[in-house]
Amino acid sequence: MFTKILIANRGEIACRVIKTARKMGILTVAVYSDADADSLHVNMADEAIHIGGSPSRESYLLSEKVIEAAKRTGAQAIHPGYGFLSENADFCRMCAAEGITFIGPPVAAIEAMGSKSAAKNIMEAAKVPLVPGYHGDDQSEAVIKQAADDMGYPVLLKATAGGGGKGMRQVWSEDEFSEGFAAAKREAKSSFGDDTMLVEKYLTQPRHVEIQVFCDNHHNAVYLFERDCSVQRRHQKVIEEAPAFSMSEELRAKMGESAIKSAQAIGYQGAGTVEFLLDIDGSFYFMEMNTRLQVEHPVTELITGQDLVEWQLRVAAGEVLPKAQDELKINGHAFEARIYAEDPNNDFLPATGTLDFLQPPLESEFVRVDTGVRQGDEVSVFYDPMIAKLIVWDENREKALQRMAKALSEYRISGVTTNIDFLYNLATSAPFVNADIDTGFIEKNQAVIFHESEQALAGELPMAALYLVLSQAREAQLTAAKTNDPFSPWNMTNAWRLNEANIHHMVLAHNGTEYPIIVEQKRQGSGSYYLITVDGQTVDCQGRIEKDTLYVSIDGYRSHATIAKNGTQISLYHQNGVFNFTHILPDCGDNSSDANHGGLVAPMNGTMVAVLVSAGDTVIADQPIMIMEAMKMEHTIRAPSNGVVDTIYYNEGDMVDGGAELIAFTAEEA
Amino acid sequence: MAKILSKINPRSPEFIENAAHMQLQVDDLKVKLEEIKLGGGERSRERHLSRGKLLPRDRVYALLDPGSAFLELSQLAAYQVYDDNVPAAGIITGIGRVGGQECIIVANDATVKGGTYFPLTVKKHLRAQTIAQENNLPCIYLVDSGGANLPNQDDVFPDKEHFGRIFFNQANMSAQSIPQIAVVMGSCTAGGAYVPAMADESIIVKEQGTIFLAGPPLVKAATGEVVSAEDLGGADVHCRTSGVADHMAQNDHHALEIARSAIGNLNRVKPVQMAIKQVAEPAYATEEVYGIVPKDSRQPFDVREIIARVVDGSEFDEFKALYGTTLVCGFAHIYGYPVGIVANNGILFGESAQKGAHFIELCAQRKIPLVFLQNITGFMVGQQYEAGGIAKHGAKMVTAVATAQVPKFTILIGGSFGAGNYGMCGRAYDPRFLFMWPNSRISVMGGEQAAGVLAQVKRDQKEKRGEQWSAKEEADFKQPIIDDYEHQGHPYYASARLWDDGVIDPADTRQVLGLAISASLNKPIKETKFGLFRM
Repeated sequence: MFTKILIANRGEIACRVIKTARKMGILTVAVYSDADADSLHVNMADEAIHIGGSPSRESYLLSEKVIEAAKRTGAQAIHPGYGFLSENADFCRMCAAEGITFIGPPVAAIEAMGSKSAAKNIMEAAKVPLVPGYHGDDQSEAVIKQAADDMGYPVLLKATAGGGGKGMRQVWSEDEFSEGFAAAKREAKSSFGDDTMLVEKYLTQPRHVEIQVFCDNHHNAVYLFERDCSVQRRHQKVIEEAPAFSMSEELRAKMGESAIKSAQAIGYQGAGTVEFLLDIDGSFYFMEMNTRLQVEHPVTELITGQDLVEWQLRVAAGEVLPKAQDELKINGHAFEARIYAEDPNNDFLPATGTLDFLQPPLESEFVRVDTGVRQGDEVSVFYDPMIAKLIVWDENREKALQRMAKALSEYRISGVTTNIDFLYNLATSAPFVNADIDTGFIEKNQAVIFHESEQALAGELPMAALYLVLSQAREAQLTAAKTNDPFSPWNMTNAWRLNEANIHHMVLAHNGTEYPIIVEQKRQGSGSYYLITVDGQTVDCQGRIEKDTLYVSIDGYRSHATIAKNGTQISLYHQNGVFNFTHILPDCGDNSSDANHGGLVAPMNGTMVAVLVSAGDTVIADQPIMIMEAMKMEHTIRAPSNGVVDTIYYNEGDMVDGGAELIAFTAEEA
Repeated sequence: MAKILSKINPRSPEFIENAAHMQLQVDDLKVKLEEIKLGGGERSRERHLSRGKLLPRDRVYALLDPGSAFLELSQLAAYQVYDDNVPAAGIITGIGRVGGQECIIVANDATVKGGTYFPLTVKKHLRAQTIAQENNLPCIYLVDSGGANLPNQDDVFPDKEHFGRIFFNQANMSAQSIPQIAVVMGSCTAGGAYVPAMADESIIVKEQGTIFLAGPPLVKAATGEVVSAEDLGGADVHCRTSGVADHMAQNDHHALEIARSAIGNLNRVKPVQMAIKQVAEPAYATEEVYGIVPKDSRQPFDVREIIARVVDGSEFDEFKALYGTTLVCGFAHIYGYPVGIVANNGILFGESAQKGAHFIELCAQRKIPLVFLQNITGFMVGQQYEAGGIAKHGAKMVTAVATAQVPKFTILIGGSFGAGNYGMCGRAYDPRFLFMWPNSRISVMGGEQAAGVLAQVKRDQKEKRGEQWSAKEEADFKQPIIDDYEHQGHPYYASARLWDDGVIDPADTRQVLGLAISASLNKPIKETKFGLFRM
């Protein structure tokens, strides 16, 4: 076994690898960029080497620097994590040349899987099922139709030159073929000037099911069952689970063996994942093989009780696989949710900023949090904005999903916009609970997940209002306890009035609509109850707060919700999903009018990629002025109104901090 | 401590009848107050709002710490006193928490006669200042007033307890380190200009507040100068040029926010120095007092039943329970604060008066606040009692009450007649607060007795002249006197003239006392030096 390894990665995966290495008594070496100088993985490692600037192409992607770091520290092996250099055959070769073990598959396997078309050919030869299709040169309608008839409908006609949905047609039956074929060709011709078509079987409700495989250098191979990663947005996995739901033992074995066959076809060693599309009828088709440890490997660890990083290290050190196939069993069910700094309500735009407050749920035998950040850390523009992976386990899917909802509701992050609420709404939505899932899940269930049609507020608004009243009382009590007058009736916050009802007025906003709310407090102390009126509807409420949970009875209906309050923002995690309210405070007027220069500020940290105007230009409202890029996403800065650009403070290529003033702007007099 | 065991049966017909009768009186009070709390008429309220100003009551509530209680004072001030309707005398006063401190808040209601000062407006303002001074409470003035009500100037301007006293009080309170904060939210004309000018810190709302000694019309008349109100005394002038105001606010809410910060910067600590106990609610429902007080005010009731529904845990350690039994004295706690309770349980005899004096001495020595529950027709009369020295025994109690330096709180729960009012800490004896129940009555003696005395004098005169006076003629003579006494002894009449600090729902007695006692503890309790007790 190695005595020292280098981890050529950062963030949660670097921390994850260090944990196992430490458990096994192996010393660890971290590498880091400028931006990561004080990051968690650097602090956790026994040694750390600075390898360059913040952008990954100046640090984590520099093979030479990583190898040099390994040599300098005497690391015998390099764990590449995922991403960065993990599937880079050249890097793998360089390691070999320097006598350093690459903890991963052989170069040949990486190369074989590097090209998708080459991979498909190898798999076809190995008799691994591929999505049926015709990619031939004979473009006659009869030949292509015959191919379609053979694979069975529905089929998808695609222009080989295609993209963006142009020249693409779904054909649902033999009768529709001719018409669809002609239309697709026409469209392809006009769009790309090339009407060469291919046809593939069209899977109506495909699921993304992948098999974890492991091979050693002694010709042993096992599969550690499957993961269902169907819930994706823009090809990014959102929530993964293991095992896959409604999976027969027979199908599981068939897919597992097929995956092993795939791995063996390329002489695989180490941890790999074979991704399949699983059709509704139980047929499955090879998509690709990932020759590394996957982000979502923890779900497999939780249902098998195995440490996959430990397996990786053992295999890389030449040991045999720790377990044989018949020693591996599935125990219970696990989910993983990827917690990202991003704004689901703004097309998942990546978010940056400082994690002012970070409180993950308590870890236990049921809850695991893999993270690479601490409170106070920065989510920067340089790397993937993943904050953590939240993994839960329980004895069955239903219970595990409840654990997930609870843990998500307890995850407290402020300073950076996150997808936690989105994940919570997704995890508690009926179709997800009922496992009515395929790769189109998020698009199909948009309305449910984003609560686009809001009916339930009649219950949630009073809850939020009651929470405000109760938490105010709790805070006042805590404050009073520290004074020399702890029992004064002046400490009470029941809005007592002489010869008048005790009334709290408040305004809560939800999705931009403001709701004035009247809370009348009846009786005092433990017998208090509240008449809460919203939109002319009055409900009779009682409640109490324990830690972050509000227990409430509304007109006799008892329920509870976890509540997170951050400034004026209140998030209420109810069984129906999460509801966000803003406590609208009295308008104290615009105090900053003297200080407001009428300029434009950067919406986030990023790079200025284009400046579209010059100083002195007259612009009209909404005219694009600048384009910034953050996390590979472009963001256009537009003129707030008609006016004149006085000064431009940034040039193309400059790094810009979120909130920085970009231009001086004089608005046209209205 | 000993718990009072209630002997009341809330299911008895008497209880139910009594409760219904009290409920009627409480309902009447609340209906009248609902009207009063609206302030000026609908038109003037609308005009006020259309200027972007908050209504005075909303200003007060927005100034308070979220959820803070507001112990409003003199809600019935000027009720049916003037030919004009002047709800609450056009000014809202009370105690509330601001920035964690109990403060006196005085807010002009510009929707009532432009917020001008009627004689009772002055009296109410001064009473609030007195409470501030006696209890060491910071004052916040929300100013929106046209100054003295000119038609009533003779009863507003010249005398000692008139308009000028407001500024005298401001200066002297400031000298005693009682903070004076003014928020100018409307006009602040002539004498009114001194409220912000005399304040320790003043805030003015942009384009709303104005401060000047003479408004534009008077300036034009005096010097011919034509100037707008804003240019003459607006926020900009006073915050940038004159320095009369210290903070410029964008709007009412902003101004109140600044006032809250100003209070937050006072660096004051409440000097509570007593053995405070954990609070326990009374063992009996406070609402039950409704059924305890008899519908017929001449019927006696055991005042311990009331005490049991006011004090913590209904626990009451009675002093001299077997002596002078018409006065109930004892120790209890209200919201954890120790109190000595002095309550009438019948007419005052020499023994009861001596017991009362002794008990007040105990409380003064131990610095325990005193609570008086008044239901007293007076001291016993007759040859035997005069010979027994009832006058000197009564004098002992009056001396004790008058000179005791502990905070005193008086609630009129029934009658308050004659010298009984003195011995039981009536208004003249400077209780920190005095509140009335709606069933209570106050006068020099009962209407029947007064009519009887006057009829007897009349009869004697007639008999001297050898004239006859029929029973019918006597009854006709007495009735208007009885009616007058009833009218003038009514709590609304009393409260309208500020003989008290307000009429309260009997069920709120515990809450009101708790708030008042707590507020009073902002002033350290002084040593008492009693006057001479005639032996």
